Formats: sequence, C-alpha cells, structure tokens
Amino acid sequence: MEFTDYYKVMGVARDATQDDIKRAYRKLARKYHPDVSEAEDAEERFKEVGEAYEVLKDTEKRAAYDQLGADWKTGQEFRPPPGWDEGFEFSGAGTGDGGTAGAGGFSGAQFSDFFESMFGQSRGQPRGAHPGGREFHMRGEDRHARIHIDFRDSYTGVQRSISLHVPEMTADGHVVAQEKTLNVKIPKGIRDGQKIRLAEQGSPGIGQGKAGDLFLEIEFLADKRYRVDGADVTLSLPVAPWEAALGATITVPIPSGSVGLKIPAGSGQGSKLRLKGKGLPGKQPGDLFVLLDVQLPPADSDAARELYEKMSQEMPFNPRADL
Amino acid sequence: MNERDMNSLTGVIFDETTEITTTELCEVCSAEHALIEQLVEEGILDPVGDQAGEQCFHYTSVRRTRTVMRLQHDLGINLAGAALALELLDRIEMLRQQVRKG
Repeated sequence: MEFTDYYKVMGVARDATQDDIKRAYRKLARKYHPDVSEAEDAEERFKEVGEAYEVLKDTEKRAAYDQLGADWKTGQEFRPPPGWDEGFEFSGAGTGDGGTAGAGGFSGAQFSDFFESMFGQSRGQPRGAHPGGREFHMRGEDRHARIHIDFRDSYTGVQRSISLHVPEMTADGHVVAQEKTLNVKIPKGIRDGQKIRLAEQGSPGIGQGKAGDLFLEIEFLADKRYRVDGADVTLSLPVAPWEAALGATITVPIPSGSVGLKIPAGSGQGSKLRLKGKGLPGKQPGDLFVLLDVQLPPADSDAARELYEKMSQEMPFNPRADL
Repeated sequence: MNERDMNSLTGVIFDETTEITTTELCEVCSAEHALIEQLVEEGILDPVGDQAGEQCFHYTSVRRTRTVMRLQHDLGINLAGAALALELLDRIEMLRQQVRKG
C-alpha cells in the first residue's frame, strides 16, 4: 500500500505541538468542508485532512506513526515493519477529543488502506472483513451541480453532456476524484436558476439505501446583445438615427426565427418595443423586448462632417435642457 | 472509470416549493424529529403548512437540514453558528448572481 505523509497533508512540521495540529485541522476543515468550500476537490481534501488529524491528534497514534521515520514520502510502496506498534496503546478510529469531529465526514468513516492497516480496528485483517459487521442502510447524499447553457437552448430544449467530479474509493482505499459523464436532456422553456432533478444520480447509498438525487442548476451564459430576466428576453438592437426618428421596418433575427419589426416614427435611444409571447416558451411564455440602441454614423469624411454641421445649425436641439 | 454513461437522462424541472412532511424530512435526512424541531426553533427551517397534523416544509429544507447536520458533525458548529453560516452562504450566492448579471 502507499504511504501517506500526514504532516504534509496538514501542512505542519514534524515537531508541531498538539495545539499546532489542532489549529491546523480546524483551519483546514473549514477551508475544505464541501458545504463551504469552492475547491473542486473539496471532498477528497476534507477526507484526507480528517484522516491525518485522526492520527496526529492522538498522542499514542502519533508516536507510533513517528516511529516509522521521517524518510517516507506519500505514494511510496510501504509495508509496516513487524512489531512497529509495540509499546503503543491505541484502538481504532474515533478516540476523540470531544467537540471536534473525527475523520468521519458525512459518508461514514472511510479511511485509506494505509490508515486501516496501521490504526484501523480491522488491522491485520484483509480489507473488507468487518468485525461484528452491522447492517447499516442510509439513503445517499444529494449532489448539486451547475450547468451553463445558452439561453437560446431554452427555446428548443437541448441535450448536454456534463462531467461531474465524484469522490470514489480506489482499490487501495484512497479517495480520489473520478470524472463521471452524464447525458442530460434539458427541457424546453427552462429558466435561469431553475433546477433539474435527476433521480438517484447522486451519491450512492449505504447498504440497501437508495442513491441520492442529482440537482442540476441551470445558468445562462452572458450574451452580448440579449439580457434575460425570468421568461422575458431583451434584445439591444442597433439602429440608425433616421430609422428611429423617421420610423422604419426592419427584419430582426430573434431566437424563435426572424421577425419584421415596425419601428414607429419618433422613437429614440432606449425606446422599447414589445413582442408578446416571443420570450422563453412555457405555460406562460415570456415577452421579447427590443431596446433601440441608436448608433451614430461616424463623421469620417468631409461629406459626413458637412451633414453633421448642417444638422447642428438647422435643428434646434438641446440634449442637456434639464441639467 | 472514465467510461461515458450513455444513458440520456431526462431531468424533471424541479419545483422547490414541493412540500414534504416532517416525517419524510427526517427519513430523507436520517435525522431525529427533535433535530427538526430545533431547526424550526432556530429559524433555520420555516414550516409552510400542515398535513395530517404534521408540519410541512418546502423541499429546500432537505438540503438545508443536511448541510446543518454536516456542519455540526464535521466542524463542531452549534446550531446558532450553523444558522449564521447558512445565511452567509445564501448571501454569497446572491452576490455571485449579481456579479454575474453585471
């Protein structure tokens, strides 16, 4: 099996005091606890830290562990020398200092092979032999993930393949992050922030317990031209000044197909036109709003500058009248 | 174990206002009734109604309950601390959404 350098895991020196170790654990536990951590491998790290603390917090276990010497590195092939724990008194996991959790974590105490063979209650026995094995059933944990889609996918529904980081036990008992890929049909009409429930795709249960569910939270990707608010969609439409001022009929491509848009004369910057029911589909479909974004033709030629000059002289216009 | 799971799963849009009873909540979370009562007292869970004499909650209570249980067990936090932690996490999520929307 592979050696694990618990001091390295906890980021403490080999001569750290018990207080140092306790402090280190508290900080790391808060940092990597999956409910509050943003790290992708939070669960694995948390279990790792918990196991290291389980050994180092107990002076007897720690002394026995220290006996192995400072030269072993994590990952090296390792066999405990016979009689290595002679003279030390310790029993299995969970000899606690009250108030702090052991390495139990939330899916039951699952320690690596390294720990089990050195300190576990089943040490000396082949892995899988459960002393006084008690039947224990529990529903698996729900898992939550986020998936990004283009808001246009909501108009038609879409099939997406997503990858999840799932902590799993390898053959030698280490918890690693495995990548699991799922193909999911995202239904038409889905809104930003809604969750899709995939039954029994969460963490496996214990014993006969069912697996938990997987909840996928939908998040729309930001778009240059569109803003989505609930079921309503707003398109920022660039128009020429004369199209706004004099009115125009424009063909506009929108998510549900092209539409001929009639801009009324007398429109201006920020004028809003409403296309009822052209927002996200659903029992109550949202609306599509077209927001006029008046663009100025560039004054990049003599003719253009003359026209602007003419306008400034012949059109009485004070945009700052109320300042 | 990097094999693709080729099943195409159809997700159901999850309505978080689906209600569950206290008994169901206890079962799903493997929690004691007494804990649920404490969570209500602390204001961590808000009952939304009655069904056959029991309090009911929105399904969001499942996640909240499990989170509190984990925080208590893993980090030794008491209920008041867990309540605060949940509220701060909610706030962080709201801020994240705001930042996203620019």
